[in-house]
Amino acid sequence: MPAIVVRDIVKRFRDFVAVNHISFEVAEGETFGLLGPNGAGKSTLIRMLTTLLQPTAGTALINGFDVVRQSDDVRKSIGVIPQAMTSDLELSVEENLLIFAKLYGVPSDRRKRLMTELIESVELTQWADKQVKNLSGGMRRRVEIARGLVHEPRIFFLDEPTTGLDPVSRVAVWEMLRRIKERRGLTVLLTTHYMDEADRLCDHVAIVDHGELKALDSPMTLKASVPGTNILEVSFSALPDGWKDRLAALPEVESVAQHDSVFRIATGNGPATTQAVLDSASTAGIGVQSLSVQSTTLDDVFVHYTGRALRDALQEASPHDFSFMRR
Amino acid sequence: MSRMWAIIERELRRFRRSPTLIVVSLVFPLVQLVVLGYAFGGNVRHLRVGVVDQDHGLPAIKIRELTGAIAANAKTFDTVVYSDQGQALTDLREGRLNGVLTIPPDYSRRVLAKDAPHVALIEDNTDTFVSASLAASMGGLVSATGQKGATTERVAAEPTLDVVEMYPYVPYIQYLLPGSVVMSIFMMVMIGGGIIFIDDKARGLHEGYLVTPISKLELIAGFNLSGTIKAVIAGAVLATIGALIAGIPDPLAPLRLFRLLVVIVISAFALISMMFLLMVRVTDPLVPRAIFGVLNTLLYFPSGAVYPQQGFPRWMQAIAVVDPFTYAVHAFKSLLLKNTGFGAVSADLAYLLIFSAVAMTVATRLFRRTL
Repeated sequence: MPAIVVRDIVKRFRDFVAVNHISFEVAEGETFGLLGPNGAGKSTLIRMLTTLLQPTAGTALINGFDVVRQSDDVRKSIGVIPQAMTSDLELSVEENLLIFAKLYGVPSDRRKRLMTELIESVELTQWADKQVKNLSGGMRRRVEIARGLVHEPRIFFLDEPTTGLDPVSRVAVWEMLRRIKERRGLTVLLTTHYMDEADRLCDHVAIVDHGELKALDSPMTLKASVPGTNILEVSFSALPDGWKDRLAALPEVESVAQHDSVFRIATGNGPATTQAVLDSASTAGIGVQSLSVQSTTLDDVFVHYTGRALRDALQEASPHDFSFMRR
Repeated sequence: MSRMWAIIERELRRFRRSPTLIVVSLVFPLVQLVVLGYAFGGNVRHLRVGVVDQDHGLPAIKIRELTGAIAANAKTFDTVVYSDQGQALTDLREGRLNGVLTIPPDYSRRVLAKDAPHVALIEDNTDTFVSASLAASMGGLVSATGQKGATTERVAAEPTLDVVEMYPYVPYIQYLLPGSVVMSIFMMVMIGGGIIFIDDKARGLHEGYLVTPISKLELIAGFNLSGTIKAVIAGAVLATIGALIAGIPDPLAPLRLFRLLVVIVISAFALISMMFLLMVRVTDPLVPRAIFGVLNTLLYFPSGAVYPQQGFPRWMQAIAVVDPFTYAVHAFKSLLLKNTGFGAVSADLAYLLIFSAVAMTVATRLFRRTL
């Protein structure tokens, strides 16, 4: 039985559709990523799956329990790390875990052992009795990861677990998550807008945009599904008429997209196309200002399925960002 | 209900680590008690009164001697003798004097002829406390000359009123103390149950609770009982320190302390219920900060904590009828100033309990277990 089953789920806030008929399944033991920009509907989706919001339509089963009708059973089965840092800053690492162990009803004879193990897992043993306000952002995230696991859940939800962390702390959190997941046999569902995070952590990735599921597969398969195995990014000193079409007609070129003066050329043969582009520019009498060749990334996958770059989408004002959504 | 205790434990651990919260909730009511208590409670002294004697007869000299006696003993005012009434009035207008006592030229003749003698007090009545105090003092002075007050005529052998006071003299600081105890409870409720509650909600802390298997009732009970405990601590500390500062007789009598504790607990629960009802659907941290000044004024002043309610206009008396402060202040006045038993405060306690039950029932219906 899959750990998570989502069928045709919808969430509307008045006239605004935040999540639009999304369906997917997450197998037991896998790490599943919801990838998309701010306002794509990821957090709304995760809040429905963690019983914080009621779906407008559709169903979701977590560990076999319905999120609406068996919400208490769902809550007992899951650990949740919300997007915001929600540890009590005045309390120590140990106290934060203790309170949540009590909230989850963990029997007192198991509490101490579990807390010690978890604090050790997130490498905070020497900080166990320190107030959380004295810890760095990355360490606070690790406290929350430990807190979310204090009742030994089967399924772990993380809403943008590394947002706001510096690159070194992000990598540390990834490593920690991977280790804990393997040790405890967890099923993990995380949301992220970091391509590299989804690529490195997830067995399957769902690309979500404007509340809709645009694509779902393993990162490898998603990357393979995008035309071309290499991407050339090239800009020229001048743009003759029909230049984009001339580039598209070069051998092995599968698609050409233009963003201002930069052309993104998907090709099945990077070296051959690079040579052809340079030759064409020389023949046309224009210079090449910049050129880079890269393998297909999840960013290319995102562009392919949504028609825009994730970095552009992240800078757009979020149409979902209404306070009523939190109520 | 074990999960409820987890919330209470969390809140109390945080409370213990936040000395600022404890200090703020106690310092404001204490400062208010001491400053207002001494500012309003003392006798007015050393007012400046100009004396213009246009008569110079023996009865006029007697008046001047009496003013001199008050200036030397009670010190309600100091006298400045003027020969020119115009100059005295100029000094009054320019704020150098608080009043001018004029003895008119025919004063002695009228005294001897028993023909309605008058002396005039011209006051700067922009400060009503000062002018009332001056008028009272001068009225007494004129009566003491064997004459009646400047404007009153009375028949001889009039009936007299003997006033018997049931309780020892109550200085104004003691009169204020019950209101200050309620204020300290309310400060803790405002900060702990209002501002911090909404800040926690905005920070996502409540989201952390909502993903656990805690029930709606456990959650509500946890929030409100922890708030009540904190408010009770504030109220109990202020009642004890305040009683010592205000000079309440036998402030540490065990039976009264027990009665005070019961009233503090019930008052704290009533105010926390009211706050929970006001905040149950609020998500914006600015809202509690914006309404607290108004709320404080609206609850504290109509309650009779600083001035008797009988002096209020009707609309303010209407607020006082529903205001839980009114009943809490009345109960604390009974216990602190009259040292009564529960019988005298049973109606107050009944209102506070009914108020709590209604507020909590409505708030529980409005509270959502989801975001």
